[in-house]
Amino acid sequence: MITAGFLPTITASPFLSTFIWIILILVAMYLARKPSHRCLVSFSLIIRNSMRLFAASVKLAEKRLNDRNRDVLLSAGRQHAERCVEREFERISTAVQRDLEGYPQVQRQLNESIVKLNEDHSKSAEVPQTLPDWIKVIKAIASIRPTSDPIVGNMLEDIHQTLSEQHVKALEQQRLDASNRHAILNRMLPLLRGMKKILEGLNKSLSDLNFRAKRIDRYMDNYEQIREQSDAAMRTLSSSSLTQFFISGAVLLIALGGAIINFNLIALPMSEMVGGASYIGPYKTSNIAGLVIICLEICTGIFLMESLRITRLFPIIGSMDDRMRMMLFWIALSLLAILAGVESALAFMRDRIAGDMEALRQSLAGVTPSSVAGSVIPTVGQMVMGFILPFILTFVAIPLESFVASSRTILGIIAAWMLRSLAFALRLIGQLGYYTGRLMINFYDLVIFPALWLEGVVTQSLFRSQTKDSAADKEKTIGPGIMPAVEPLAENKEMAK
Amino acid sequence: MKSFRFWLIGILILLTGCSQQSKHTKGVYMLLDTSGTYAVELNKARLIINYLLGTLQPGDTIAVGCIDTGSFSEKDIVAKVTFDARPSVANNQKRAFKNKVSSFVTGVRQSRYTDISGGLLQAIEYLNESGSANKYILVFSDLQEELAQGYVRDVPFELSGFHIIALNVTKLRADNQNPKIYLARVEQWRKKAEKGGGTWRVINDLERLDNILAKG
Repeated sequence: MITAGFLPTITASPFLSTFIWIILILVAMYLARKPSHRCLVSFSLIIRNSMRLFAASVKLAEKRLNDRNRDVLLSAGRQHAERCVEREFERISTAVQRDLEGYPQVQRQLNESIVKLNEDHSKSAEVPQTLPDWIKVIKAIASIRPTSDPIVGNMLEDIHQTLSEQHVKALEQQRLDASNRHAILNRMLPLLRGMKKILEGLNKSLSDLNFRAKRIDRYMDNYEQIREQSDAAMRTLSSSSLTQFFISGAVLLIALGGAIINFNLIALPMSEMVGGASYIGPYKTSNIAGLVIICLEICTGIFLMESLRITRLFPIIGSMDDRMRMMLFWIALSLLAILAGVESALAFMRDRIAGDMEALRQSLAGVTPSSVAGSVIPTVGQMVMGFILPFILTFVAIPLESFVASSRTILGIIAAWMLRSLAFALRLIGQLGYYTGRLMINFYDLVIFPALWLEGVVTQSLFRSQTKDSAADKEKTIGPGIMPAVEPLAENKEMAK
Repeated sequence: MKSFRFWLIGILILLTGCSQQSKHTKGVYMLLDTSGTYAVELNKARLIINYLLGTLQPGDTIAVGCIDTGSFSEKDIVAKVTFDARPSVANNQKRAFKNKVSSFVTGVRQSRYTDISGGLLQAIEYLNESGSANKYILVFSDLQEELAQGYVRDVPFELSGFHIIALNVTKLRADNQNPKIYLARVEQWRKKAEKGGGTWRVINDLERLDNILAKG
């Protein structure tokens, strides 16, 4: 017979048996109280300490990852700043080369203009000849009163005539001189304007250089901040990286849409070339062939961008000498053009096959073929799309580079966050384990509370009888007095704790 | 250079080795009942064949055989084709097949007996030879077998990997009077198919042909 489902019976009455069993269990639990408490405490401490150890290890890993993220971020920022500075220097170099290359010419022009101006100035400085002084003498002679002597009269008449003629000549000469001076001054005006224009051009170039120099200063400041590993630089770089990640991700998604359209354009005609019945794994060979062509186009596009130094996914291409790089550029461009041509032809073939299939379906269904199917517009549209899409996919290299660069940082941040969460969870589990152990100790005491209560009653009665005995002894020896405080039992202290 | 060659050869082997055809191909054998009571239904069969032609892909196999007095014969195969891997060629093959079936349906002669088992044996043999991965036998019949004297058809069917689909199983006059006869007839064929290791389905509503070649 079994009592309470699993305990063997002691007496004939199951109730009594159960009661006896409860008493026995309580007694056993009371006797095993201390070892049980110690066991529970040890177990909870094991959980807490081991979890804390794990958490510390995870925190260490998180710290390392954070350091690595910081290094990656700073490295990316440094590279970006270097690239900006480098590009500005290149621009300055181009501007200086362009402007200073013509500087000797400008200088020669200016010198020529100055020489001409000097010449003109010196020419214009020549004062026109004034009327000769002898005119006054002749005038004085001419003002002599006429006499009756005809010889004198004639002579004076001649003098007067000569004087008048000379005067007219002198006046004409002076007018001519004045006109020449004016002409010289007129010639100086365009030279002065030309000089002004040249000087203005020089001023503009210098302002431009000044502007670029200021920009370089700004970039250099950023670069310095990054090198100093300042928090502001870190925040800026982190935020910039996140923005880049999302923007480039969005652009890549759009590019993926383009690639899918491209794939649909060439998948069907590829089955005409490689056969529509063969499979590689669960996928049709023709589909894989179409995918490979698209991947090749993207790869060629990436090489094209690399050879133009727009992206830097492959440093080896960027570090090639210019001749080789340009050769690579032309090869990539030619391959891309060939692939675009092939794709255009495939798009044409696709239209033909699709038309044929549609005609077959209609004939199988007993439907008359529609006239829209004979239109040229979809064919041309597909061909144009087939030609353009490979070139558009070329530009995938730019967002791809940004995405790869920023994803390193973002993945690092996410991983660090996960490690932090894991450390928190481990600590939480440790604490939960510890307090669960405490709870179980209290629950243990709650289960055996009758025994504990009995223990309290017995202890108190013992304590009272002891105090009574000692008081009686004292009264016998000293007489009545105040009862001293008694230290509680060690076990009770522990319980109170 | 040596390692490059090694990789190139490896990739080629991988591509050619992985390239497999038989795993995905379908083989369909359609049996047409030309017995007196059923011959009038053959126009419906033509529509089903047209539907199948529109569904099957390059590399698939289709054959149409008729059920007559003695169906276990190559002569009873009306038309058969394995489609070319190129879609354009496959389309032309489909057109030719369609024309062949149409001319057969137009000029069909009614047979006195109905040897369904012989037709099934012929279909099993043909599809096994075709090497198709997914084999379907479509039985366009009322499933009422009538064997001529001297024809023995108590051969067990080896239908492992086959899907048997009975199409347009019409009810005969006796079935109308006692549906148990119809149910017993269908059940008998189901048991035969499943005993041979194949699967069995009945599709009477020809508007629901879209899942005709679905597995199971």
